[in-house]
Amino acid sequence: MDAVFKALADESRRQLLDQLHKSNGQTLGELCAHLEMTRQAVTKHLLLLEAANLVVVVWRGREKLHYLNSVPIHELSERWIGKYERHRLQAMSDLKKGLEQNKTKKG
Amino acid sequence: MQKPKLVYTTYIRATPKAVWAAITKPEFTRQYWGGLANVSDWKKGSVWQHMTAGETPEAWITGKVLESTPPKKLVLSWADPDALADKSRVTFEIEALEDMTCLTVTHGSFKVGSTMVKKVSWGWPRVISSLKTFLETGKGLNIFCK
Repeated sequence: MDAVFKALADESRRQLLDQLHKSNGQTLGELCAHLEMTRQAVTKHLLLLEAANLVVVVWRGREKLHYLNSVPIHELSERWIGKYERHRLQAMSDLKKGLEQNKTKKG
Repeated sequence: MQKPKLVYTTYIRATPKAVWAAITKPEFTRQYWGGLANVSDWKKGSVWQHMTAGETPEAWITGKVLESTPPKKLVLSWADPDALADKSRVTFEIEALEDMTCLTVTHGSFKVGSTMVKKVSWGWPRVISSLKTFLETGKGLNIFCK
């Protein structure tokens, strides 16, 4: 999870992910054409994104294609948003119980 | 080989056999894949269906088993029964990696103008992370939550 945060904490790497979101399965050359970065910088960023499993590589012959893998991002959102959602549901159910108990007391 | 459109991977703390079972056994798929079951005998050439539960089960997705090598590789054709011409292809690759299993799901061979791409690029990250959670904790995620 640290790797995912580190990878996402950089504007250039987010730009690379945006590029893949626009058009999935690009080569290094194609990615470079859309970004104002050196080939070396793009390569370095891609390695970091791969290590975080945010980018998956598929070889087609000699062509190395890069794909956006959003599974780790979904796992991140589940870890917190899922939890908050559960708390909210718990609060709702507590409220319901409270209201029902009040009603019984009055009745 | 046509360029695949979508590729997803995840690393799961489980054996390849468990991952294969989670994909192919209806009693497991129901627990993490929005209550739907994957039904087939998983032999090459057989029909497979992604079915709802209940008294009158309905297939949401249907196709043929194109390749089946348990517990390593499963290739399926994939289409909405109401739009069979909009057919695509899904490959599950399961690879042991020390005490983990790497699952790669590739979805490609979409027809031109396919409406399926949008649907599955919303769904796959959810289904795959739910599958991982299911295998690691025994309980899947609510994949249809917003």
